[in-house]
Amino acid sequence: MTTIEAGLDTFPKLVRSNAERRPHKIAIREKDLGIWQAYTWRQYFERARRIALGLAALGFARGDKAAIIGDNRPELYWAVAATQALGGVPVPLYQDSIEKELAYIVDHAEARFAVVEDQEQVDKLLHIRAQCPRLESIVYDDSRGMRAYSDPCLISLAELEERGDKLAVGQPGYFDAELARGSADDVAIICYTSGTTGSPKGTMLTHRNMIVMGRNAIEREGLRHDEEVLAYLPMAWVGDHIFSYAQSVLTGFTVNCPESAATVLHDLKEIGPTYFFAPPRIWENLLTNVMIRVEDAARPKRALVHFFLGVAQALERARLHGRTPSAWRRLLHPLGQALVYGPLRDNLGMRRIRVAYTAGEAIGPEIFVFFRSLGINVKQLYGMTESSALVAIQPNGDVRLDTVGTPLPGVEIRISEQGEVLYRSPGVFVGYFKNTEATRQTLEDGWVRSGDAGFIDAAGHLKIIDRARDVSRLAGGTIFAPKYLENKLKFSPYVKEAVCLGQDRPFVTALVNIDLAAVGNWAERRGIAYTSYTDLSQRAEVYDLIEHEVRRVNASLLDDDVLKGARIRKFLILHKELDPDDEEITRTRKVRRGFIAQKYAALIEALYGDGDRVQVQAQVTYEDGRTGTVRADVKIRDVALRATAAGEASL
Amino acid sequence: MNDAGPLLEVEGVSVRFGALMALHQVSLRIERGEILAIIGPNGAGKTTLLNVISGFYHPWEGRIRFAGRDRTRLKPPDVAELGIARTFQNVALFKGMSVLDNIMTGRLLKMRGNVVLDALWWGPAQRQELAHRAAVERIIDFLEIQAIRKTPAGKLPYGLQKRVELARALAAEPQLLLLDEPMAGMNVEEKEDMCRFILDVNGELGTTIALIEHDMGVVMDISDRVVVLDYGRKIADGTPDQVRKDQAVLDAYLGVAHD
Repeated sequence: MTTIEAGLDTFPKLVRSNAERRPHKIAIREKDLGIWQAYTWRQYFERARRIALGLAALGFARGDKAAIIGDNRPELYWAVAATQALGGVPVPLYQDSIEKELAYIVDHAEARFAVVEDQEQVDKLLHIRAQCPRLESIVYDDSRGMRAYSDPCLISLAELEERGDKLAVGQPGYFDAELARGSADDVAIICYTSGTTGSPKGTMLTHRNMIVMGRNAIEREGLRHDEEVLAYLPMAWVGDHIFSYAQSVLTGFTVNCPESAATVLHDLKEIGPTYFFAPPRIWENLLTNVMIRVEDAARPKRALVHFFLGVAQALERARLHGRTPSAWRRLLHPLGQALVYGPLRDNLGMRRIRVAYTAGEAIGPEIFVFFRSLGINVKQLYGMTESSALVAIQPNGDVRLDTVGTPLPGVEIRISEQGEVLYRSPGVFVGYFKNTEATRQTLEDGWVRSGDAGFIDAAGHLKIIDRARDVSRLAGGTIFAPKYLENKLKFSPYVKEAVCLGQDRPFVTALVNIDLAAVGNWAERRGIAYTSYTDLSQRAEVYDLIEHEVRRVNASLLDDDVLKGARIRKFLILHKELDPDDEEITRTRKVRRGFIAQKYAALIEALYGDGDRVQVQAQVTYEDGRTGTVRADVKIRDVALRATAAGEASL
Repeated sequence: MNDAGPLLEVEGVSVRFGALMALHQVSLRIERGEILAIIGPNGAGKTTLLNVISGFYHPWEGRIRFAGRDRTRLKPPDVAELGIARTFQNVALFKGMSVLDNIMTGRLLKMRGNVVLDALWWGPAQRQELAHRAAVERIIDFLEIQAIRKTPAGKLPYGLQKRVELARALAAEPQLLLLDEPMAGMNVEEKEDMCRFILDVNGELGTTIALIEHDMGVVMDISDRVVVLDYGRKIADGTPDQVRKDQAVLDAYLGVAHD
């Protein structure tokens, strides 16, 4: 285990060290009033200190929890450091959580304090206060819309800092003394995992976990103090905490907070990060955006782009498979670099990227190859909250399509007899907060059960197949890996989400969610009129489009002896988008299989029945928490049947 | 400036177009800091009233006092200079200009030009532009339209164009803001957003607001006072609750035969 220097054993102490060693280096930027406002490490530390003193003035004691809720804002990162400096534990929450989820976590975490971004979060907290008796004070940053609030538990961040200044006058040594009392094995953060089953669990990570594991990854990846990252993924997600907080504090690199959720792509372009993280969903969106714009370009330009993208992708595929690319493609590459790849990369804001990750879900090979072929060093990363987000990363120069790379320094991996991936590392969590039962099930002698089925290949790369508990068998005994099929379906730009069913059933069926942007654009090009998502989803033309995608997936399974028995026989297109507000998918967009099986039981029965359509009524939850009902007629398409019909017709 | 008394007083104003009496002896007061809704059936004279207040039409008889000063016969630019800004029933943006530039035009009256310095973009000219840009950015932030700052106004969906128009009116830092059907043609969600912005403008910036609106739910929710016009006459004036129960208002809306 790597040793930790005394005096640098907690994150707030490391922030202080940054403030002393590189006081004028930019620590964090935020785009506000159209300008990137920068704060140095000295300011970072100073603000964290003032917030900490303010919290102390409100009675914050060691071990207290503070809920942190809002978009990525410098003030909220400072509040994280401030809480840790007082020996407290920050508990970041998803900013779009509905009140029920919020109430559960705030109550379960026993949060006495909450530091939130704005009125929206204040409103939610005031609503659930009755269910969270321990919550005493709510600190808000943005005072907009707060004029009419007189609740005594509310205090603005500015007032809080003023109260901190007053406390510092009376007790000048208070902050330093509290800071010095912290140690590496204190719990640094509790991250609640969204969990595809049951209630969220609070994963406790210590300073030591994240300092050691963060450093190991920094060394392996060669990260420097001059990196620029964009902090745009939820603060509640462990990845953001590692990349935008822990690693930034450890190396001193700069974190950039976008102006608003709607401006992320634009801000990405302005910042041009060197270190970038995105889940597959974001890479997909980026690719879809690019392709839509290419399709809108004039014909010669479009032909040029398609030609050179083809060259680059063929080159990249050859490289990923360890073959030597053909000579003429290698000759053409510099020209493509000047005409297409460079400008495109620049347009995406990815010209300066040295390291980029994708994780959370499998990424479509087309998407992965597309970005890599442009010269962007995208790599797959494997990790989870319980491992401080870091287990394995594809090493530079040894990237493959179907693995998640080799274990990071300090990480040991073994495969259980059931085929489940187990790991042990300095980053492994100390337990779930107030849930010893779940801790005992997951953590054994320092080994964590990942819940993923996978194996280590001949070259030492880890390969993940599916969630261990999701792998099952059809009624006939054929192996059925639903996520494997779903991911293949989702690799189509037209499919946003898919749920495959088949356990103990005679054949495989799929519920498909179309991607409104991509399918809408496709429909417009063909002059297909539609009024709403529901209407578009049930157009016969759209069913044909999706059937084509299903057939593509089925065809690709033919190569695989084990899985070729589990081809998709019937599918339907859902009349509404799966939505975390309806609890159908988690906030990190993972499908909740059990919930969907229950909610759409009628649809699923119909898929295994004889009819070609089914009537549905669905409960939907609007953003303000009200519920309503959507009625629709959903069609069912039988892929196998139509294949025979088409075959007969052609005879 | 006189800080006591109502912000705007309309006294016995009539407007006629030929033989048509669009407004007949209308009197009303707009108090400082309130949200006043002007409602009425189609053709009741609501927009005419707004046009009289903003100086676009001049009354045939009657007087208009703004902040205690008579300004019955001012022209629209002079009215704007006094601190009255408005939005239009049909969006009236410069479609080819970016959202930012559109909002900047709202600052025109506050700019003091000097051809030479402006051309060189030097000294006071530069400082002035930066100050105006900062003011505009605060409005962009306030109305949450950061993501469309550089988008040409004509490419925006209707609801956002309405919001940009509100932003441009706010850029003039008005004391009195006149909104002509700010929510016409919007869906429920856009309406909710617009309501929140109107309340925020009123509450946070302290701007007095007079608005014409057809959606009664919205009117009853956000306004402090409601004035009802029918055939050019004021038939009711009071709090939303009073107006809701007023027999004359019910008759006007439910269509009782006029003698």
